[in-house]
Amino acid sequence: MAAPATLHACLEAGGRLSPHELAVRDTARDREANYAEFVLGVDRCAELLYKGGLLNGERLGICLPKSLESLAFLFAAQKLGAVHVPVDAGGPIERAAWIFRDCEVHTIICQTHRVEDLRLALEELGHRARIIGVNPDSETSLPQLLTDHRVTPRGRTEPATPRDPQDLAYILYTSGSTGDPKGVQVSQQAALAFIDWCARTFAPTPKDRFSSHAPFHFDLSILDIYVPLLHGASLHLIGEEDGKNPIRLCELLEDEGITCWYSTPSILSLMLDYGNLAEQDTSALRLVNFAGEVFPIQQLRRLRELLPKPEYWNLYGPTETNVCTAHRLPGPEGDSRDTPYPIGGVCAHYDSLIVDHDNRPVTPGEEGLLLIDGPGVMSGYWKAPQLDAQAFVEIDGRRWYNTGDVVRDPGDGELLFAGRRDRMVKKRGYRVELGEIEATLHRHEDLREVAVLARTNDQGEVRISACLATRSGERLSIIALKGWCAKNLLSYMIPDDFHFFDSLPKTSTDKTDYQGLKERLA
Amino acid sequence: MAEMREEIREFILKEFLPGEPAESLTDDVELVSSRILDSLATLKLVTFLEDSYGVEFAAHEVGAEHLDTIDRIVAFVESRKG
Repeated sequence: MAAPATLHACLEAGGRLSPHELAVRDTARDREANYAEFVLGVDRCAELLYKGGLLNGERLGICLPKSLESLAFLFAAQKLGAVHVPVDAGGPIERAAWIFRDCEVHTIICQTHRVEDLRLALEELGHRARIIGVNPDSETSLPQLLTDHRVTPRGRTEPATPRDPQDLAYILYTSGSTGDPKGVQVSQQAALAFIDWCARTFAPTPKDRFSSHAPFHFDLSILDIYVPLLHGASLHLIGEEDGKNPIRLCELLEDEGITCWYSTPSILSLMLDYGNLAEQDTSALRLVNFAGEVFPIQQLRRLRELLPKPEYWNLYGPTETNVCTAHRLPGPEGDSRDTPYPIGGVCAHYDSLIVDHDNRPVTPGEEGLLLIDGPGVMSGYWKAPQLDAQAFVEIDGRRWYNTGDVVRDPGDGELLFAGRRDRMVKKRGYRVELGEIEATLHRHEDLREVAVLARTNDQGEVRISACLATRSGERLSIIALKGWCAKNLLSYMIPDDFHFFDSLPKTSTDKTDYQGLKERLA
Repeated sequence: MAEMREEIREFILKEFLPGEPAESLTDDVELVSSRILDSLATLKLVTFLEDSYGVEFAAHEVGAEHLDTIDRIVAFVESRKG
């Protein structure tokens, strides 16, 4: 099979392989489309967007729950050569508006009941965009979408398609240390290089049934979406509510006959601890991929004892590179490992360097920062040259992306993860810049001093703790504080616990003494 | 029933809101929709309710509909105990 030249061509390739087979199932709403139906739905969505004036290279904001509709609009943007920007539909509308203004979206797809709120939030930021309301919970099927909206043609008849592999495919916003999210720009070429690596590594067939657990604004979703559709396999969307419900997730494994699963270790741990994995028929499952954080070894061992048949892969990589190293776990027999598995060998489409703080290669076997280069690397951050300057380093005329992660090569090329250099942590696979939470809490009028730190508990869970000093000196109600956070932060950024101090401890240079705080909380 | 209500309140305060005065956790504080309880906390609460009152939750019952406030939790557990 010839490699697809665009992300949209992945869907076309799958459609040729399995025109009448299941393409996508929305498990939460019990709706599905075969390839022919889904391609038609995408075409209708593309026509709607095109008639509304969305052009090649312009941004389409998508603020919809995971559904056939949100997926169809994502492909519709690709068909037009536009750039899709998915955001968390369950997060604060102000954050969605901030992102949409930042990348100057032309059109936004949003739930019908939130259109007005979003319009107001955008107006407050001084940005205007065309907002199309869609309600995935109504009975409206995709082809009917067109008749629901009055659109004015712009006078062109043929949608543009991307020609240059460097054209952007999508922008994913991740947590930024300044308090503002940053937009990771991914080109067609970069996305396709990763998809091609997945195809070679996991050998999907039209018989496969892939889970789609991660939300579309999370980079794990790239594998979920494009790898099955390129191969005529099916994609099983797991809704936001079910995605947090381990009992339901275990049922879905059986009900959907999932063959390839991909999620964070946190979700697999939840299924192990609170679901009923042992009672489900998971005989179809052949592949379990996990990524986004370290999988505590005890939990992983229990999971493999319960489900010994599938192949297990530990995938590693920041959004900026997507997966850049991968480790296939050895068979469970006689495996007595008591430390986390390696993040693995560098993927075939990448080169790597391990360097010290002066960007000199470390002595083999020593710890150092992992640098990555290759066709899968992002095209830089959206309109943030100062962030690009921090993220990339040039060594002997070659530009490398600095992952900020410290690794060690024990000698066999299967890299071991040794920690982060800065104040970014992973919580349930999500990137959290502790500085972003601090910057948000600083906007709370009753707080005078704020320090946020992350700790790992005995079960290997990352907990976020907020250390606070109030203006009045009185402690605040945690109920009220959590409520305030729910309005201002994404759910995975809301601190797990709050601690009150008269004033926060300082270092000799008058900076917040994070080490001291950590010791006081321990 | 009043006893169950206080046990549930005490559990939530102790597990998820340490240091919070009991009087601020009124029967109508929204626990799930205001994200005072995250998904893991919600599951811990369900385990507590199942163990303490001999009721069982089906997958679709673990959510705001039955768990959002102390009032709703008590009503749901009562209805299950028959």
